[in-house]
Amino acid sequence: MDERRREIWIRPLLTWAALCVLLAATCALAYVPMGRANLAVSLAIAAAKAGLVGVVFMRLFENNPLNRLAAAAGPIWIFVMFLLLFSDYATR
Amino acid sequence: MSGAFLKPPFENLERQHVAVSFGMWIFLGSEILLFAGLFAGYGVYRNLCPDGFLAAGRETDIVYGTINTAILMTSSLAIAVAGRAARAGFGKMAWRLLIATIVLGLLFLVLKGFEYREDIEKHLIPGAGFPLAQKGAQIFFTYYWVMTGVHAIHVTCGLIAVGRLAVAGRRNLAWLAGSASEDATALYWHLVDVIWIVLYPLLYLTGRAHG
Amino acid sequence: MSDVAHPAAPDHPATPGSAVPPDYLHDGHTLRSWLFTTDHKRIAILFALSITLFFFIGAIAISVVRLELVTPAGDLVSDDTYNKMFTLHGIVMVWFFLIPSIPATFGNFLLPLMIGAKDLAFPRINVLSWYLYVAGALLTVVTIIAGGVDTGWTFYVPYSTMFSNTAVLTAAMGVFVNGFSSVLTGVNFIATTHVLRAPGMTWFRLPLFVWAMYATSLVMVLATPVLAMTLLLIVVERWFDLPVFDASRGGDPLLFQHLFWFYSHPAVYIMVLPAMGVASELIACFARRRLFGYSFMVYALVAIAVIGFFVWGHHMFVSGQSPYANVVFSFLSFMVAVPSAIKVFNWTATLYRGSIGFDAPMLYAFGFLGLFTIGGLTGLFLATVPIDIHVTDTYFVVAHFHYIMVGGTVSAFFGALHFWWPKITGRLYPETLARIAAVLMFFGFNLTFFPQFVMGYLGMPRRYHVYPPEFQIYHVLSTSGAALLGVAYVMPLFYLIWSFRWGARAGANPWRAKGLEWQAPSPPPRDNFLTPPVVGEPYDYHPPEGPTAAEEQVA
Repeated sequence: MDERRREIWIRPLLTWAALCVLLAATCALAYVPMGRANLAVSLAIAAAKAGLVGVVFMRLFENNPLNRLAAAAGPIWIFVMFLLLFSDYATR
Repeated sequence: MSGAFLKPPFENLERQHVAVSFGMWIFLGSEILLFAGLFAGYGVYRNLCPDGFLAAGRETDIVYGTINTAILMTSSLAIAVAGRAARAGFGKMAWRLLIATIVLGLLFLVLKGFEYREDIEKHLIPGAGFPLAQKGAQIFFTYYWVMTGVHAIHVTCGLIAVGRLAVAGRRNLAWLAGSASEDATALYWHLVDVIWIVLYPLLYLTGRAHG
Repeated sequence: MSDVAHPAAPDHPATPGSAVPPDYLHDGHTLRSWLFTTDHKRIAILFALSITLFFFIGAIAISVVRLELVTPAGDLVSDDTYNKMFTLHGIVMVWFFLIPSIPATFGNFLLPLMIGAKDLAFPRINVLSWYLYVAGALLTVVTIIAGGVDTGWTFYVPYSTMFSNTAVLTAAMGVFVNGFSSVLTGVNFIATTHVLRAPGMTWFRLPLFVWAMYATSLVMVLATPVLAMTLLLIVVERWFDLPVFDASRGGDPLLFQHLFWFYSHPAVYIMVLPAMGVASELIACFARRRLFGYSFMVYALVAIAVIGFFVWGHHMFVSGQSPYANVVFSFLSFMVAVPSAIKVFNWTATLYRGSIGFDAPMLYAFGFLGLFTIGGLTGLFLATVPIDIHVTDTYFVVAHFHYIMVGGTVSAFFGALHFWWPKITGRLYPETLARIAAVLMFFGFNLTFFPQFVMGYLGMPRRYHVYPPEFQIYHVLSTSGAALLGVAYVMPLFYLIWSFRWGARAGANPWRAKGLEWQAPSPPPRDNFLTPPVVGEPYDYHPPEGPTAAEEQVA
């Protein structure tokens, strides 16, 4: 019984620990002057955290592959949106 | 146990689960695009008025922001384990974890409320009496209020959905494992967490290294 | 084909006590059984009734506009009223008629039938979708009662947020709420198509109408939330006075246009993709031909839906957008013409060597084909930056998008209405009257909108209620065309209501058509099929032995 309970907890708990480490890292790195790289670093860490939540908590790779299709659509569309939006703002 | 959870038009519980979680994922795609409308404006204005955004970013309360991030991540952990527990047959444990999720979600909103009070005391509402003069600083705070406000609405919707699970699951612990609602609700709650994870660097980490 | 169109098929007798379940129209008679239904067919009817009401509200608004424009002077209504009328027409027609028109009615009704399912995947979400539509519609009615709104359907800032003193808030919130109706319908359609196809109904056996619904849903789900957020930002700026787009406080009004068109250009495809699906069904059936290039038709639908997201900047060529972005968006807009042209060629090729029946639905389909082609080709004019600069905000643009949205989508809507009327009601409509209405609609439409191309090219700007007298002849032609169009729209209202009560009984398959929906009784029972439908190849209209001349030539 306890063995099974541990099994349930272990992966989510490790993920949560990783999320906490990343949170501490991003918070600390925000105070390190890196110029424009500050934003890039904090967004990269945010993406990593979002990825962890998606893959482990939301079980993106354990369930139906359809779900991965739906999960990919949002980010892809945001990418296109930013690409074309900045085709204007970056060249004005 | 399968018959009780089967809803028309489905004839097979597994198909129903696939449909519900896939349907929720599509809806989450839509939700992401909802926030994309805000991210796009934030990105454009941060690009147009970098100084105002960096100056304004320093005015948000990083303590509240960081603690709230940790709270939402923990609530995400709780509901993730709740689903696993329900499917493994630990109904009681799953139910307790749902309650933990609700408590953490409420805590998030309460802290957010304290933070809002502090923001108002510091006149961080765009308009007369706004403390920063840099171009774009007011727009940063428009986005701060709208982003956190829309997110808080999502937290509230998520709390209602998790609350519904907890109420229905209390009467019938097997329902938590058999119904597809648990899965869909948890997915929604995780998305609320993911959105906050992205908002956190945009609103709380901006400009900390400068000045 | 007309000789077999209306076989006097006996109605399946609903003898009391037999095991045959009641059809969906007779499965409960109380108001409650309609308002709390989860049956996709009943929800389709609820949508159909609501959008018909709003179609006529939008039509009344534009009638005032067209009457005002008969004379060059502003003598019928004041300029304020005029602005409110064209705005009401735009908002109502776009969001409360065209966007839900084919998907929420025929899509709702037919999608489960066509894939051999009992219902959509989430029936309660489906009815919630209708309630959200009603909530949005009520906010729009409140807007009208509160004196209307005068921003144009595009809600451009800074006028909508800082200067207009009309009911912008309720109008924007109405569209906002209605957006969630679209999103939920889209989610439902996508999930249903993925998980509820009958055994044997593979992706490349799906009718093109189903593919069209799928592509449309993709746009609904991914574009609509951006509009919702944009409208929310308008509310924030107007109501709470927080700076978002206000240039005097560092904002950029062009950002609004970017976000608005990120939705509203793909929204054109929400309107026209379903029409393409309808046209594919009608043309294959009435030409008695397998649809030419089925798989290319599928790829073209998906390509239009996806590329449609990349072209929004062509609405902003004169806005102050960077010239580089103009070139990019112009190029991408040309790209979207490629799959559209593939579709037109394939419909035409389907007709080749067909035995064509000129029944009313086919007349509407022909109307769609011709008018969509004109609308699409003039779209290429507008995608060309120099020409667009010349005709921006003129009646040329108005004519162009009406050829797509009215000539294309509304023609297809009426075609679908006649084609599936026997399935929906179990009755046949009066064929002669229907053909007269179809022809009248085609001529009325062209008389209304073709002069607008000419006057737009000559420089008549849109949204003006007073204009130089040299344009009067075009406006008079246009208004008389609109009167004809009005008759063509009202005619079906009467004869279809008549046929619902007194029309001849239709059998299960009055057109000898091939889709699964025709294997269900007319009208279908709650669970759609009495026996599990038999799935075969799509559009199997002519025997496969030996290629026809058309196919040989292409091969």
